[in-house]
Amino acid sequence: MAISKDTVEYVAHLARIELQPKELDKLSEQLKQILGFIDTLKKIEAAEIPPIANLSQDTNVKRADKSKDSLSTDKALENSPFKEGKFFVVPKIIE
Amino acid sequence: MELNTLTALDLIEKLDKKEISARDILESLEKSIKAKDAKIKAYVRSQALHLPEQSADYSKTTLKGIPIAIKDNICTEGFNTECCSKILAGFCPPYDATVIRKLKDAGAVIFPYKTNMDEFAFGSSTENSCFGPTHNPRNPECVPGGSSGGSAAAVASDQAIWALGSDTGGSIRQPAAFCGVVGLKPTYGLVSRYGLIAFASSLDQIGPITKDVSDCALLLSIIAGRDELDSTSVKPKECDYSASLGNDIKDMRIGIPKEYFIEGIDREVKKAVLEAVEVLKKLGAKCREVSLPHTEYAVPVYYIIATAEASSNLARFDGVQYGLREKAKDIIAMYKKTRDLGFGQEAKRRILLGTFALSHGYYDAYYLKATRVRNLIYQDFSGVFKDCDCIVTPTSPTAAFKIGEKIEDPLKMYLSDIFTISANLAGIPAISVPCGRTAQGLPIGLQILSKHFAEGEILRLAYAYEQNTSWHE
Repeated sequence: MAISKDTVEYVAHLARIELQPKELDKLSEQLKQILGFIDTLKKIEAAEIPPIANLSQDTNVKRADKSKDSLSTDKALENSPFKEGKFFVVPKIIE
Repeated sequence: MELNTLTALDLIEKLDKKEISARDILESLEKSIKAKDAKIKAYVRSQALHLPEQSADYSKTTLKGIPIAIKDNICTEGFNTECCSKILAGFCPPYDATVIRKLKDAGAVIFPYKTNMDEFAFGSSTENSCFGPTHNPRNPECVPGGSSGGSAAAVASDQAIWALGSDTGGSIRQPAAFCGVVGLKPTYGLVSRYGLIAFASSLDQIGPITKDVSDCALLLSIIAGRDELDSTSVKPKECDYSASLGNDIKDMRIGIPKEYFIEGIDREVKKAVLEAVEVLKKLGAKCREVSLPHTEYAVPVYYIIATAEASSNLARFDGVQYGLREKAKDIIAMYKKTRDLGFGQEAKRRILLGTFALSHGYYDAYYLKATRVRNLIYQDFSGVFKDCDCIVTPTSPTAAFKIGEKIEDPLKMYLSDIFTISANLAGIPAISVPCGRTAQGLPIGLQILSKHFAEGEILRLAYAYEQNTSWHE
């Protein structure tokens, strides 16, 4: 199918990526091409075939409900670009 | 003979006899890297090269202190792991991936700097790295393949004894083929993915890149096995893959899928692979043509499923917990700016494609349809493995291509994975071993596939082939 520039812009918003106008043009064109190729799938009827989302053989994987050592707060915060005390810092969310 | 040119098994023997020390191996590698890597660029962030301290006593371990090179998407505690992406600049993992812990327990020394890759493993040429491309050691004008191009080039140029890569659609096997080394993608679930920075969780596997099949079997034996930290990992029946190596492949039933020898495949590649089949026949294998009728759908199915999973996995790179953060007045603008500046072109393309395939109104036509056709591809293989032990194909339709040749045409690049991605979709194991050279001297890879958890069969066949040819030398 042909994907419109508006759709690409909307999808970029969903994916939380800002696109510069030139980049939007280029990516829209490339995605159109790629989706055109992906449309090969239209040739095949598969409505009755059960989907496979993953190939792991277990359905329920359980373990004993016991606490174990894990990353300390300090270690978990080590890589954060902005932190304060025991918290990640982000721009204001609630007005 | 320089120590860096030897295999791990040769080095273990020398270490056992106390002819050399583990330190000698590191020094030999350091010399090789200093001489070659400015041109090849297999490693990233290697400017501040420090040999690891070696105070430990490795004499009672399996690997005796042999060093190993690690792809930049496998977490190594204390050594940066950035997926060759600007968005993870400076990320230093506070823990080891399970494969790294297992290697350390077995007496391996983890290299402090990592091997180059396509950003987040998105690519088939290692050109999509924020550090720039790696060059193929056999011809520096060509790509080393990808996405584990740095690992394959390091091993092929004797800058590493062996290495780990990751394979989501061929990212171990295709670079192994392009560089003339051995690369194996294990069965989905054989090797723990804990600590592997996720690309597509239903397809990703970590695996060995080595100079020969014996080293591949040894390295696989060390990293395989059930891990509580990866609920999709499985306890295999067989764990000592070195024991499965033998010269006898008499009466092994081998399928040659006709769909893999179609138009578009390079003449020299086809010739080399068919000659390899003749070698296998001479060794007593029973080869016959088989059909995998849904092969043509593998690339479109893959580029929906892999990008859908990637778009979801990469949502975590948001400027909060690690890596790059751009300043903005509100949180949505901060996410958007950070992700615009942090991700390269291919990462953006895949995130957008995957988000689209999962979005309202398109989910059924794209994602759901792809998961149904994936089942058909899976059934193709199950059908063939009812009366075949292994399948043999080319690893890639061509030998290594030129740097820059496909980078501006994403679709052309995606099609270079055409022979490798089915194994990931079906979850089955596959290896690439060298099987020839083009007239220009570029390596050609032979791919061997088998059913789930039949790594032993694959390695046995690959070993027999290797012992009776000289392409790996």
